[in-house]
Amino acid sequence: MNIIEIKNITKKYGDFTAVNDISFDVKKGEVFAFLGPNGAGKTTTIKMLTTLLRPTAGEILLNGHNVMENPHQTRKSFGIVFQDPSLDNELTSYENMQFHAILYGLKKEVYEKRIVDLLNLVELYDRKDAYVKNFSGGMKRRLEIARGLLHSPTVLFLDEPTIGLDPQTRNHIWTYINNLNKKENVTIFFTTHHMEEVERIAQRVAIIDHGKILIIGTIEEIIQKAGAKNLEEAFITLTGSTIREEEVNVGKNQMRISNKLMR
Amino acid sequence: MTAIYILWLRQLKRFIRKKTSIVGALGQPIIFLLAIGFGFGPVYAKAGAGNYIQFLAPGIIVMSVLFTSIFTGLEIIWDKQFGFLKETFVAPVSRFEILLGKTLGGATVAMIQGILVFLISLVAGFRPHLASLPLAFLFLCLVAILASALGAAIAARLDDMQGFPLIFNFLVQPLFYLSGAIFPIKNLPSVLDVITRINPFSYGVDGLRGAFSGVYVFSPLLSLGVLFGVSILILAVGAYQFSKVQL
Repeated sequence: MNIIEIKNITKKYGDFTAVNDISFDVKKGEVFAFLGPNGAGKTTTIKMLTTLLRPTAGEILLNGHNVMENPHQTRKSFGIVFQDPSLDNELTSYENMQFHAILYGLKKEVYEKRIVDLLNLVELYDRKDAYVKNFSGGMKRRLEIARGLLHSPTVLFLDEPTIGLDPQTRNHIWTYINNLNKKENVTIFFTTHHMEEVERIAQRVAIIDHGKILIIGTIEEIIQKAGAKNLEEAFITLTGSTIREEEVNVGKNQMRISNKLMR
Repeated sequence: MTAIYILWLRQLKRFIRKKTSIVGALGQPIIFLLAIGFGFGPVYAKAGAGNYIQFLAPGIIVMSVLFTSIFTGLEIIWDKQFGFLKETFVAPVSRFEILLGKTLGGATVAMIQGILVFLISLVAGFRPHLASLPLAFLFLCLVAILASALGAAIAARLDDMQGFPLIFNFLVQPLFYLSGAIFPIKNLPSVLDVITRINPFSYGVDGLRGAFSGVYVFSPLLSLGVLFGVSILILAVGAYQFSKVQL
């Protein structure tokens, strides 16, 4: 069964086409890696999947809901960890979780227990009353993952969840995510630039560049089709070796970079 | 409804935790009461208009509520920059509820600030009619909601704080100075007269002053109507702006 169905979606900003008529499906319970160089259209696609951006054309079904026509049902079906931090630094970790729970309409008796469970899962329970502004980048990421899972979504989107983290934290995060997928059958849709993370966890991979899907399949299939030794080599063979400049939304991109530096 | 409540609560928590900025925001009203209030007091009395502090205090309370409300509304720009707005926008909550939660949160925060300034003005010698406190409270609430919605509507259009000086100098300051907060709006040059009459905050200042002193320039019902009507209008504009925001 397909949990996500993307049918011919396009996103244009004026003359620039960020995502150009792409179509693919993600199966329920799958760990799906969505790869591409900077500016390839990954984040734009995720924003369209998560109701933040309206596609210029095309249709998306998520957990059976039409994303454009039925945004609220769609929103209840997924959790997301954004590329940039999205916590309120002036609140404690518990308050950030509680804010999310109430926003998603969870009942108090439900969320109180679930927050404790999830904070324990990401090993932040002992910091539940600490202000997020005092957290390290890794702690913030773990909290965001816990928050994304709070309303028991069927799909979890992770947009470069391990960016700027040390190998220990990255290792921890992928262990949680893998467990979640195995135990609770949460579909994982993630992006990353670390190919070893993809090889470790992903069941299927799509590579996007210049707003077009270049290839989609299992890791073995992609390596074989590209005639490469490993996924990294396949990625470079398929997308070329020139360094990319992101041209869209220069201001926002600048913000993204400064946010990363500040994290 | 619960979504509006939690958005409101977040604003309140953030406000209460920033003790230095609460105290900081009292600086300007205190200076106004001292420098303008006592400075112009003798001239005002000589003109036969009575006690200037009595006249000025309601204007200064409105100033504090107006500034705090607009700035709290503008905080949405920070939420955009620090990513928190995305967290709110992917939740199963309508943009209008988000706008309402923000507006009411900003208005509540501004009311607290306004009440602090009211207490300070009592120390400075302001003597209001206490019987009409509820009416004064109502006027102040409407001013707070209107200004907070205005801040939120503006913030929906801005991506960073670079436009801030423009907003402060060409919108917020004129709204205050041209509202009759510091001078009587009777017998004004005709240009100024027109401007003060189309400024909705003039009705807030006059309503509050009237509630405290019993002397109105505009009928209190007209003032309540103007504040209420303009608030609804700004909320509608804000709702439209919010629906257009893409992150």
